[in-house]
Amino acid sequence: MDEIKDKIKIKNVTKVFGKHPEKALKLLDEGMSKDEIFQKTGQAVGLNNVNFNVREGEILVVMGLSGSGKSTLIRCVNRLIEPTAGSTIIDDVDVNKLTIDELRNLRRRKFGMVFQNFGLFPHRTVLANTEFGLEIQNVDPAERQKKAMDALNLVGLEGWEDADIAQLSGGMQQRVGLARALAVDPDILLMDEAFSALDPMIRRDMQHELITLQERMKKTILFVSHDLDEALKIGDRIVLMKDGRVIQIGTGEEILTNPSTEYVKRFVESVDRTQLLTAKSIMNKARAVGYPKDGPRTVLRRMRDEGLSSLYVVQRDYTLLGIVTADAAKKAIDDNKNTIADIIDKDIPHVKGDELLSVVITILAERQLALPVVDENEKLLGVVVKGSVLSALAE
Amino acid sequence: MNITIPKLPLDKLIVALLDMLTTNFAFITKALSNITGIAIDFIVNGLMLFPPLLLILILAGLGWWLAGRKIGIMALVGLALLWNLRLWQSSIETVTLVILATCAAVALGLPLGILAALFPRFKKIIMPILDFMQTMPAFVYLIPAIPFFGLGPVSAIFATVIFAMPPTIRLTILGIIKVPEELIEAADSFGCNKKQKLLKIQLPLAIPTIMAGINQTIMLALSMVVIAAMIGAGGLGGEVWKAIQRLQPGMGFEAGIAIVILAMLLDRITQKIGQKYK
Ligand SMILES: Nc1ncnc2c1ncn2[C@@H]1O[C@H](COP(=O)(O)OP(=O)(O)OP(=O)(O)O)[C@@H](O)[C@H]1O
Ligand SMILES: [Mg+2]
Repeated sequence: MDEIKDKIKIKNVTKVFGKHPEKALKLLDEGMSKDEIFQKTGQAVGLNNVNFNVREGEILVVMGLSGSGKSTLIRCVNRLIEPTAGSTIIDDVDVNKLTIDELRNLRRRKFGMVFQNFGLFPHRTVLANTEFGLEIQNVDPAERQKKAMDALNLVGLEGWEDADIAQLSGGMQQRVGLARALAVDPDILLMDEAFSALDPMIRRDMQHELITLQERMKKTILFVSHDLDEALKIGDRIVLMKDGRVIQIGTGEEILTNPSTEYVKRFVESVDRTQLLTAKSIMNKARAVGYPKDGPRTVLRRMRDEGLSSLYVVQRDYTLLGIVTADAAKKAIDDNKNTIADIIDKDIPHVKGDELLSVVITILAERQLALPVVDENEKLLGVVVKGSVLSALAE
Repeated sequence: MNITIPKLPLDKLIVALLDMLTTNFAFITKALSNITGIAIDFIVNGLMLFPPLLLILILAGLGWWLAGRKIGIMALVGLALLWNLRLWQSSIETVTLVILATCAAVALGLPLGILAALFPRFKKIIMPILDFMQTMPAFVYLIPAIPFFGLGPVSAIFATVIFAMPPTIRLTILGIIKVPEELIEAADSFGCNKKQKLLKIQLPLAIPTIMAGINQTIMLALSMVVIAAMIGAGGLGGEVWKAIQRLQPGMGFEAGIAIVILAMLLDRITQKIGQKYK
């Protein structure tokens, strides 16, 4: 059995901003708070003895209020900020022991970074921005153009490669930012409030897109956010920070159901929404559906386009018939079936639109897939996924 | 009451320093002087080979191509007026000096500016020197230029380079320093080295600012070249100088207007070139 590897290990990392960090370190040892230390010595404590690991292939969200040290932390990982004490270890390499040249090489090979304000180069086109990391690695022009185009396709920007950055909307600019990071095919994505500058609709799209991409890419992603909603939606695990310290690590459910301190509780505090909200209020539109007359190849392509592993099947009038999984569709192709009509799994749980969240949660707890929501005539209204339940609870 | 504190021998010190420099470095200044003299003659004579009207058409066409129709027409009318006022040769001489001095000022100023932007310690040294260079009255530079290069256009160029260089240095520094921190951070996060950062990010983003600096350098060079008539630089400044000595206000104003025309053309064209990079 493979064990899940820890890709990034953050060990006792402390960062003090100011001319005399040693003074602050001493006072930190004595247990003095960040504010007291600033009053006494004028040194700003950015991080205070942070310890946690990021597992290979997971999205770990670092969350906390403004000034809690999130940006400082993510920059200590690739040493854009030099920690005052402690170390970060990437694949058994201690980043803080590297020479400047070694560090540069590590950054080129392992990291892609996405910034809150995009950090795109205004004098370069979309394509030239996306090629940047490869250009720095001296990859030859033909190959880097190909890789950059692939990355642009991945984020849905085909056709925009010659545009100027200023011509793009915020959402598109951040797609370029993401493509630029992905083009170098890094092991690790560092994303500092990557979606915070976007307006809510586009933001939700981008979150969704990141999740879909991640299903294919399986990168290790360290994602900074100040938004619990976002953290719950995209994070496999969440690290909560306050005043430069980590105060809780866990999955979204763990943090919601079992807040470790008053502070976390306040963060997630809410009335018992499970008795208030209905399935209809938290569902999303089904992104794609299949029809019984569809061929298995068509259905499979649709799944791939949307990054789904299964598709709900409806009649022309949207009456829910059941579900087709990718595996079943592949088998149908091998069996030379012309339609998916007889591979539909008809025995699937579903809920009515006015079903309470408490019921939805118990059904979802047993399921990997999304839960379909239907109206009184059994017509498909939408689907509920785990993430939207959690974020509804968090609001 | 008599003041008996003796005067500081600042003048003597400076003279001693200049003497030392002239005696020890004469071979360099001689060589530079010769090369520059040859370059000036070569360009002026070369340009004078063209029939003036043909050259005016060519220059106006160039202005049109570089900076648009309006400026092309402006150049046509302005240059024709210079020719009509019988100031063609003087104008060519003046423009030649301006161009040579500007090239030298940019060739020196750009690298100095880049160094100062990248190395804060060097910037700390160079900034007060720049202040000094710019606040010193322009024609004071003419005096020490003479022992080095003798009377004439070569001295004028060297004084002009010193006087006109600061804006190129300053604005190169400014252009590089004001590249947003987040772009530098983004470049670093991809593992850029210093050279890549300079060539791919800092310099390209600084170009509009640097062009504004070069534009100012050209304007200063023009004003200095005119003043340098006092040490025999000739050109339009020479015409003004003659007019002053002979008390001929009409002739003085004609040359003055010619200088204004050149200034406007040089300014508009370089500005337009700068804007293209925005
Ligand atoms: N360059 C710096 N000099 C001095 N203090 C700094 C510096 N950078 C950060 N700090 C301090 O370190 C602490 C953590 O800052 P950081 O930017 O990491 O917070 P953050 O969690 O990213 O906040 P935000 O949500 O506002 O981005 C803050 O108290 C801040 O004032
Ligand atoms: Mg931040």
